[in-house]
Amino acid sequence: MPGLLLDALLLQAGYNAALVALGAALLGMAAGSGGTFLFLRKRALVSDAVAHATLPGVGIAFMAMVAFGGDGRNLPGLLLGSAVSAGLGLLAVEWIASRTRLAEDAAIGAVLSVFFGFGIVLLTIIQTMSSGYQAGLESFLLGSTAGMLFQDAVVIALGGALAVAFVLLLRRPMTLVAFDAGFATASGIDVRRMDLAMMGLVMAVTVIGLKLVGLILVVAMLIIPPVTARLWTERTDRVLLIAGAVGGFSGYLGAALSASAPNLPTGPIIVLVSFALFLLSLLFAPGRGVLAALVRHRRFQLRVHRRQGLLALAHGEAIFDPLTLTVLRRERLIRQDAVATEEGRALAAKTLRDEKRWALARQVYQDEAVSGRYDGLTPIESVLTRDEIAEIDRQLGPPAPVA
Amino acid sequence: MGAEFVQLSLTPLLIGILAAIACALPGNFLILRRQALIGDAISHVVLPGIVVAFLLTGIISTWPMLLGAAGAAVVAVVLIEAIRRVGRIEPGAAMGVVFTSLFAAGVLLLEQSDTSGVHLDVEHALYGNLESLIWFSAEGWGSLADPAALAALPPELFRMAAAAVLILALTVIFWRPLKLSTFDEGFAGAVGIPTAALSLGLVITAAVAAVAAFDAVGSIIVIAMFICPPAAARLMTNRLEIQVLWSVVFATLSAVLGYVLAGYGPLWLGADNAVSAAGMIATVSGLILALACLFAPHRARIGAPRGA
Repeated sequence: MPGLLLDALLLQAGYNAALVALGAALLGMAAGSGGTFLFLRKRALVSDAVAHATLPGVGIAFMAMVAFGGDGRNLPGLLLGSAVSAGLGLLAVEWIASRTRLAEDAAIGAVLSVFFGFGIVLLTIIQTMSSGYQAGLESFLLGSTAGMLFQDAVVIALGGALAVAFVLLLRRPMTLVAFDAGFATASGIDVRRMDLAMMGLVMAVTVIGLKLVGLILVVAMLIIPPVTARLWTERTDRVLLIAGAVGGFSGYLGAALSASAPNLPTGPIIVLVSFALFLLSLLFAPGRGVLAALVRHRRFQLRVHRRQGLLALAHGEAIFDPLTLTVLRRERLIRQDAVATEEGRALAAKTLRDEKRWALARQVYQDEAVSGRYDGLTPIESVLTRDEIAEIDRQLGPPAPVA
Repeated sequence: MGAEFVQLSLTPLLIGILAAIACALPGNFLILRRQALIGDAISHVVLPGIVVAFLLTGIISTWPMLLGAAGAAVVAVVLIEAIRRVGRIEPGAAMGVVFTSLFAAGVLLLEQSDTSGVHLDVEHALYGNLESLIWFSAEGWGSLADPAALAALPPELFRMAAAAVLILALTVIFWRPLKLSTFDEGFAGAVGIPTAALSLGLVITAAVAAVAAFDAVGSIIVIAMFICPPAAARLMTNRLEIQVLWSVVFATLSAVLGYVLAGYGPLWLGADNAVSAAGMIATVSGLILALACLFAPHRARIGAPRGA
């Protein structure tokens, strides 16, 4: 299997597999960056309705193509049908959310379940149709690259490339709209048209992804990469880049993994690869990651213990808390027997002075800008000017040394 | 409407109705709390739960699967909440990450494990097998009084009935706190109602409904019934009591009409095969919702211009 995986990764596992891997990478990039706009506009789950709404279109397109004597499994035809019904589903969501009192989440749920249910009805009709075709339309539910025709792989690769080009072309206005719709309007961008373009992109990604990952899981390619990218940065353009990279990487690696062994369905593998990336980011991302949060918490804890320990020294109180003792000992502010060192006494006096200054300052300056900054840790020098502190010192009198 | 109806259609119809009502009841509150998509998420994560239960026990039997599905639903809710809080991600996106990933894991497990000998596949999970829940030993309406025939009723019927009764009872018992906390969470908290626990309880109740219904009718009906009947009912009235009654009516209507159309509709049109009952019930519930969106008396937002 490692050999096979290496082959697949280096595009040596056959022409079709290579095309599928490239197509999945392109599709992942387009989905990741396209999904970013959706995610930033807080409408991530609209894609779920769009994806489920493709099913009736697939069924109707199949029946229409058979009725006109063609091959019902023609992929471009099926994708066209799915795009039409996805568009109808999208319109239905917008119509319900804007014209009735129902919220958008209810509209999404209603559209996805009803369109999907109707699609299943059509599938059962197709199964019993006397046309003699083994339709295999179920593969659109979960995607399937096994037995994919060469031309289907080309359609996916081309579609993915077009979607990436579309994102590159429209990234600036779309970013602007996603980030601040009001500002975008003011700078002369037609927000409605951009929203339409965004939805068109989402639809395109969904439709292209149908054959590869299936309509239930294609949502994941639109949602997981942007969420992952959001953990790493606070800047819109970087979210876009990282999401595209995460999507492309998971598409490529997922397709390669699934080509390297039997019983590894492409769609779920791609989704799980991107979920693994998401988990790693959730743990290790700076700022929003779990590890970073733990480090931040620990640092805060140590600062509180140090401050409280110094205040206790200043007041001549005994310290019992083991963590406080450790912190002070490590900085050589106290000796092993918990008696303050020279340095410790100096710092304790300074801390006590700071605390007294704060107490007075909070009586004098009652506005939030000053007293709101008091958290028992911020030195007063970072809030008040030197003159203001001098004035407070004049009222407090000379500092008292710590015994 | 004789012996054949009792034997072939009575139990699926009853199960369909019970499943629809069991899902529609908690759906009312989910919709009002803007948590409609929790039902969607739960019905996706039921699959990995059932697969894991099967892999652990090696058999397809009711209790392990129900427990597995319920466990997966709780895991999903906890994960969504954790991602939302830790990563500061908006709830919709957090939900999207969790349920798709768990569903993908379920599909992968299913493909990797040898389930060829048992009836467990993704299609079954999606559309259920409502049509196959027939009452073999029934010979007519008289069988309803025949203990031997009654004992041979499909066990799904009793399970679904128990779930429906349980959910109905919970709705009645917790009516006041539920209503209060749904409309004004702050006030409910101030008068001493544990709103967080109640919220979690509602989600778990929804999970119970989803899991019980899923077994018999598949996840399409579950999602559709969580949302469509309560949403249509929401457009009919401004009072919660009336809304819940309407939602039960709509759920029943969808189940009956959907089942009849799926079973007999194609015959009327000259085809000789029935279509998916689960899909048809979802479709009918959607049509009801569409009609409600167009004509229901309270469809517009308060303050919106009439006829807009």
